[in-house]
Amino acid sequence: MLGALIIVFREVIEAGLIIGIVMAATRGVTSRGRWITIGVAAGILGAAVVAIFAGAISQAFEGIGQELFNATVLGIAVVMLMWHNAWMARHGREIAAEMRTIGHEVSEGAKPLTALAVVVGLAVLREGSEVVLFLYGIFAQGTSGLSLLTGGVLGILAGAAFTGLTYAGLLAIPQRYIFAVTSWLIALLAAGMAAQSAQFLYNAGVINRMGETVWDTSWVLSEKSLFGQLMHTLIGYVSQPTGLQLLAYVGTLVAMYVLMRVARYRPEARPVRA
Amino acid sequence: MRSFFTVAAFAAFVVLAPAGARAADDFTLTIKDHKFTPSELKVPANKRVAITVINSDATPEEFESNALKVEKVIPGGSKATVRIGPLKPGRYDFVGEFHEDTAKGVIVAE
Repeated sequence: MLGALIIVFREVIEAGLIIGIVMAATRGVTSRGRWITIGVAAGILGAAVVAIFAGAISQAFEGIGQELFNATVLGIAVVMLMWHNAWMARHGREIAAEMRTIGHEVSEGAKPLTALAVVVGLAVLREGSEVVLFLYGIFAQGTSGLSLLTGGVLGILAGAAFTGLTYAGLLAIPQRYIFAVTSWLIALLAAGMAAQSAQFLYNAGVINRMGETVWDTSWVLSEKSLFGQLMHTLIGYVSQPTGLQLLAYVGTLVAMYVLMRVARYRPEARPVRA
Repeated sequence: MRSFFTVAAFAAFVVLAPAGARAADDFTLTIKDHKFTPSELKVPANKRVAITVINSDATPEEFESNALKVEKVIPGGSKATVRIGPLKPGRYDFVGEFHEDTAKGVIVAE
C-alpha cells in the first residue's frame, strides 16, 4: 500500500506544483477558480482517454507516438507559459495597481487565464494518465488490489494537500512582489518543460545531436529523492543534463526574456529609438 | 534582434542536422511477472542504442531511468523501442516504475 501511495503521490505532486503556481499567479483575478477547475477536469478526462488509448499512441508513428505526444504536450505548455508571462509583462502593473485601489478582484486578468487553464489541463493529463495506467494495473491484478488502491487514493489526497501547501506558501509572498516571483517561477517551469520536450524528441530519434551528458551532479542531488524531484518539476533540475537539454533550457529563458522585454515596451512611454 | 535570430537559426541547424550514425544494433529486454530478463544488459558505449522492450505481462509498465533519461509506458502485451545513449562506459540503473520492488535492471555500457 505504501508503494502505491508513493508512486501516485509523486505523479500527483508534479501536476500539483504547477497548479499551485498557477493559482498564485492568478491571485485576485475573478473567475480563476472556474478556469482552473475546467483545466483540472479536462486534464482528468484527457488522462483517462490517453490511458485507454495508450497502446494506440505507443504504436503510432512507427513506435515513437508516445515520445512525440509528450514532446508536443510539453511544447504547447511552454508556449502557453510564454504567452502568459508576455501578457503579464504588459498588463501586470495595471492589474496590481487596480487591485490596490479597488481592493478586490479584477476581471482584466481573465485573458491569460485560458492559457494557464490549458497548462493546468496538460499537466494533469500527462501525470494523470500514468496514475490511471498504474491503478488500472492494480485492478487487473485482482487479489491484493484493495490495499494498493487505498494507497493510490491516499496518494492522490496527499498530492492534493501538497498543492494546497504550495499555494499557501506562495501566498505568504507580499502582493507587490507576487507578479515578479510568479513570472520567474513560470519562466523556470517553462525552461524545464522545454528541456524535457527536447529530450523526448531526442528519444524519438527526431533530434540526433547533442545527446552526450555534459555534467553529473547526482552525487549532490538525485531526481530520485523527493527534493530532487520537486526541483526537477519546479526549475527543471536534471542531475545529468545533455547538451541538448541545456540548449533548450537556456534558449527558453532567453526567448522568454526577449518576449517580456518586447511586450513591456510602450512607444508612448519612452522616446522612440529608430 | 537580428543576431538573436541568427543564433537561433544556427542552433536549430546544429540540432536538427541529420547525424551520421543512427542506432543500428538491436537489443531486447523482456518483462515477465514484473521482472526484467536479462536483468543486466551489455551495450556498446559511445553510440546510440535501440532496445526493444517486450512487455509480456497483461498489465502496463513504465520503463524509467533518470540515468538513461527515458520514461516510456509500455502497455500490457506489447513492445516498444527505447533509444538510449551515447553512454560513457559505466552502469546505468533502470526500473519498471509501476512495480519498482521487482522490476529492476541495469544497462552496462562498455
